[in-house]
Amino acid sequence: MTSTVYEPAAPEADLRRRGIRLGDILFKGVSVTAAAAATVLLGLIAYKIFELAWPAIQDFGLSFVWTEAWNPVTNQFGALIFIYGTVVTSMIALLIATPLSIAIALFLTEIAPRRLAAPIATIVELLAAIPSVVLGLWGILVFGPWVRDHLEPWLGSVLGFLPMFSGDPSQAGILPAALVLTIMIIPITSAICRELFIRVPTELTDGALALGSTRWEAIRGVMFAYAAPGIAAAVLLGLGRAFGEAIAVNQTIGNHNAIPSSWFAPGDSLGSKIASEYVGAGSLQQSSSILYLAAILMVISLVTNVVAQIIVVRFERARRGV
Amino acid sequence: MSVVSAPDPYDITVRSSGLRRRKVVERIFGIAAILSAVLACAILAVVLGTLVYKGFSQLDLTFFTKPRPLFGEKGGIADALIGSAIIVGMAMLIAIPVSVLVAIYMSEYAGPRISRGLRIVLDVLNGVPAIVVGIFVFGLLVVGHGQSAVFGAFALAILMLPMVARSTQEILQVVPQSLRHASLALGVTRWRTTWNIILPAAIGGILTGVVISVARIAGETAPLLFTTSIAANAISFNIHQALPTLPVTILSDSESPDPGEQADAWAAALVLIAFVLVMNVLAKYFAGRKRRQLEGS
Repeated sequence: MTSTVYEPAAPEADLRRRGIRLGDILFKGVSVTAAAAATVLLGLIAYKIFELAWPAIQDFGLSFVWTEAWNPVTNQFGALIFIYGTVVTSMIALLIATPLSIAIALFLTEIAPRRLAAPIATIVELLAAIPSVVLGLWGILVFGPWVRDHLEPWLGSVLGFLPMFSGDPSQAGILPAALVLTIMIIPITSAICRELFIRVPTELTDGALALGSTRWEAIRGVMFAYAAPGIAAAVLLGLGRAFGEAIAVNQTIGNHNAIPSSWFAPGDSLGSKIASEYVGAGSLQQSSSILYLAAILMVISLVTNVVAQIIVVRFERARRGV
Repeated sequence: MSVVSAPDPYDITVRSSGLRRRKVVERIFGIAAILSAVLACAILAVVLGTLVYKGFSQLDLTFFTKPRPLFGEKGGIADALIGSAIIVGMAMLIAIPVSVLVAIYMSEYAGPRISRGLRIVLDVLNGVPAIVVGIFVFGLLVVGHGQSAVFGAFALAILMLPMVARSTQEILQVVPQSLRHASLALGVTRWRTTWNIILPAAIGGILTGVVISVARIAGETAPLLFTTSIAANAISFNIHQALPTLPVTILSDSESPDPGEQADAWAAALVLIAFVLVMNVLAKYFAGRKRRQLEGS
């Protein structure tokens, strides 16, 4: 191909070279277009969701966000029931999943022998590969009844003085949904934490160990201090996933249009409520209020994700500075 | 590093009660970490075990060759399998070329700032909930045209795009710079270098990302609910109408009070998870091959 370069005088070669340059321009053009399309797509999603929700936003105003009602008969709609369900289930999941994920990541990087660490890391990855509809199926038919018969009665007898652990156990409710979400976010958070811990310079932890601290003290004092922003981002990414999950929550939360005082009782979340309406919402107002819920969900998860990204970028910049 | 608790060595030897407490904490940490890992493995084992236990007895030839039953009689999930295959296949056709091009732009053409910006865009796109993507495609295309398999595939492609683009871009970055330089020094144009040198060197890693993302989108339900969920229980290849899919079938069966339909849901879930696991094993294989190639060269 390059032989033509040695005969610059030949007009044929000149033509060929121009053709090659055309290929370069075309290829660059196509890839620029693809990159631009991906960026436009993100904006288009945000714009379209708001355009769809706009009639409802005008109808109900901002007070929709803190109105506790969902009554198609009287045409009263509000998002508070579902925001409550989303936030509470995700927060419970976060509180349980964060220490577990960090512990798993520490086990894989600090404790397990190399030959054991690789297969266990694969198993945790596979946990993330379970489709949410399958986890939800297990959640409603196997896990839910177990929670109702064993976990909730036990929680009730130990912590029953707290309102969230009182009341009748049920197989579908806030608690089973939160626990299924926990299973979903553990692999995400622990995989990111594992990467973070691997990248902590060994001379830092070795230094702490050489000064006489125990392994846990080195982890707490050095690794956590070094990786703290990264851990925060990992937790936020897990939280974003929990906020947005619709199907598994839909199957396990019980789909009840009320804010339950007990975590044993059924409720509903933003994603789950939207998912239940797919067969076709009744009145026009009901379907537009569903779109309003979608807009709220999008804002919540976009904010969570953008904050996580900002932390990641800052973290990387700071580390490059070091 | 004032955070490091570096106690005075004399303290350790003299006040042995402090040492004992620290050793107990150390022991508790070790046990807690091991138990957490065991718990994660146990959850996977319990979920997979339940699927095999409840679903395996349903699997026979009819289950794979007959569509969903209308009333009572024994049926299968052939319609959903075909629908899922068509929709996932179309999603791949849409998403893979675009994703790879985005990745090529990021690693071969864009400067570091634009590349970083695009990375954030892709990560945020990856964080948009699947149900919101479903609503987006519903509002963009389904309103006015009705549900169709093409729209479902478009929604899945949106989910696939950031996953494949990010994994491809990360692989392109680790392709040795010397390969690029050698090719360009020989007078090969940039796009031919990318097409003939860089992409073949990275193909294992690209396939890993593709396979993992296909496994993910094949199990996605939320984007399909609003785009291709209301379908007849019949085998169909018409992509301009809504087609039944595996995840939507599992969802509707899982919420059915009928034990027969629940049993079908278990069996369908077993088929889906088997596919997902096979794809993940395949991804590991591609990833291993890529590493060997890049290390060998």
